[in-house]
Amino acid sequence: MDSHIQVKNLNVYYGKQHALKDINIEIPKNQITVIMGPSGCGKTTLLKTFNRFLELLDGAQITGEVLVDGKNIYDADVDVTEVRKAVGLLAQRPSPLPMSIYDNIAYGMHIHKMKKDRKEYKAAVRYYLEVAGLWEEVQKRLHEPATSLSIGQQQRLCLARGLAVEPEIILGDEPTSALDPISSQNIESRLLDLKKQYTTVIVTHTLRQAKRLADYVIYMYLGEVIEAGPAKEVFTNPKHERTRQYLEGLF
Amino acid sequence: MGINMNMKMKKKYFQRRHLVELFMKTIMRIALVIVTGALGLILWTIISRGLPALSWEMVSQVPQGGYYMGKDGGILNAIIGSAYLAAGGTLLAIVISLPIALYLKAYLGDSAWGDYVRLSLDILWGIPSVVYGAFGFSLMIIFGMRASLLAGIIVLALIELPIMTRAMDEVIRRMPVDLELAAFALGSTKFEVALHVVTRQMLPGIVTAILLAFGRGIGDAASVLFTAGYTDRIPTSLMRPTASLPLAVFFQLGSPYPEVQQRGYAAALILTIIVLVVSLGSRWLSSRLNRYSVK
Repeated sequence: MDSHIQVKNLNVYYGKQHALKDINIEIPKNQITVIMGPSGCGKTTLLKTFNRFLELLDGAQITGEVLVDGKNIYDADVDVTEVRKAVGLLAQRPSPLPMSIYDNIAYGMHIHKMKKDRKEYKAAVRYYLEVAGLWEEVQKRLHEPATSLSIGQQQRLCLARGLAVEPEIILGDEPTSALDPISSQNIESRLLDLKKQYTTVIVTHTLRQAKRLADYVIYMYLGEVIEAGPAKEVFTNPKHERTRQYLEGLF
Repeated sequence: MGINMNMKMKKKYFQRRHLVELFMKTIMRIALVIVTGALGLILWTIISRGLPALSWEMVSQVPQGGYYMGKDGGILNAIIGSAYLAAGGTLLAIVISLPIALYLKAYLGDSAWGDYVRLSLDILWGIPSVVYGAFGFSLMIIFGMRASLLAGIIVLALIELPIMTRAMDEVIRRMPVDLELAAFALGSTKFEVALHVVTRQMLPGIVTAILLAFGRGIGDAASVLFTAGYTDRIPTSLMRPTASLPLAVFFQLGSPYPEVQQRGYAAALILTIIVLVVSLGSRWLSSRLNRYSVK
């Protein structure tokens, strides 16, 4: 397996609470990895260690290593803004920035000075809106507030915004849980289209979504990784009793 | 209280709650009447006494000889002076307040240092403006300055600073966390989040904070008395003294001549109209700026 992210001896504490316990996993490159497990098992916490979001929370302590392309992103010489640029995040609820549709996409490219002139920005905005399947719907209203979009459109806007800073990894924290079924399906099909170019890690609590998306599965329970492996193996022949019970819907 | 509760008890229970509600609602209404009533009475006083004395002459001319004894002239010197003082003081206060408010948000947060800064500002807020005036005056003596527009602007900025900063701070603290995280996820620095996202999202509230401070600045008499002086001329440079509307009100109301007193009320009316126009203008502006805010 060609792994993109390697997690070594990762422990996370919120105060006295031991939220993640000795996590050791590898996440394959250019595939969709789904992290699943009952609520409170630490799936979102694990996801947030990949873009160093945990340190934005008060009192979260992290030990161990998260290697992206072999480099520990928690090393002192790593610029956190570069980590977050390389690791895009699709949040549970879409949060468009308080700007126009156009500026929402252009903002990230602007702060990283990724393009030379207006023409290049315009072309890039169009490109990423097309990738997210939103261009047709918004091309005539690019300068309207992003909040004027429906929630499903907003989530695709957030996807385009994240892709515009050219990340290598896409994280999704239950990215469809706030959406209606059709919008959810739309996001899912985008993620499937994109997986050849991006390493994707999705947290979900819906088993059916996990089965639709996953190439690789990580099952967590009470802050520990119980089982990790290719989706086919885990879904058809789980090695652990707990995983089997979860898959059968026993809890 | 279940289904088994008998009707008598049920009635009593509901009666008490409704009485409490009625009582509280009455208290709130009384408070509302006191506030709007006070404003109404003040407006009535300055309009009924000031309007007859208000004339084109008053807003278009500077005082002529003997103006303060009831002769010809107007208070254009004070109108322009107050506009300069309040606009200058507010602009200077914005330049200092906004960075403090953003620093509090982005870097200090609810830390001990953040609380210390907020406490300092709250104390500054409570200091009477005459003390600011005396403070400014003693600084002027040290630097060998004379009463001037510049000194007035600086002292007004100092007076406006705590109210503006704290009002901005309270507004900015209500920033939705999700929005900040969205910007962080793109690789923004804390400074970029504060400048591009927080300021944009909270612009309507920031405008309100500026307005609040402007209102205090333009209405303040004691501080400019010491620092800006008073003159019948319109200031031509920052180093010249200047008149101001609150002092024009003060001097004219203190006059023994009834017609001059009336002009004092008219000056108060002009001040009120300026504040009203600026308030309405910035409300309109902030509703325009509100367009992109995330609700």
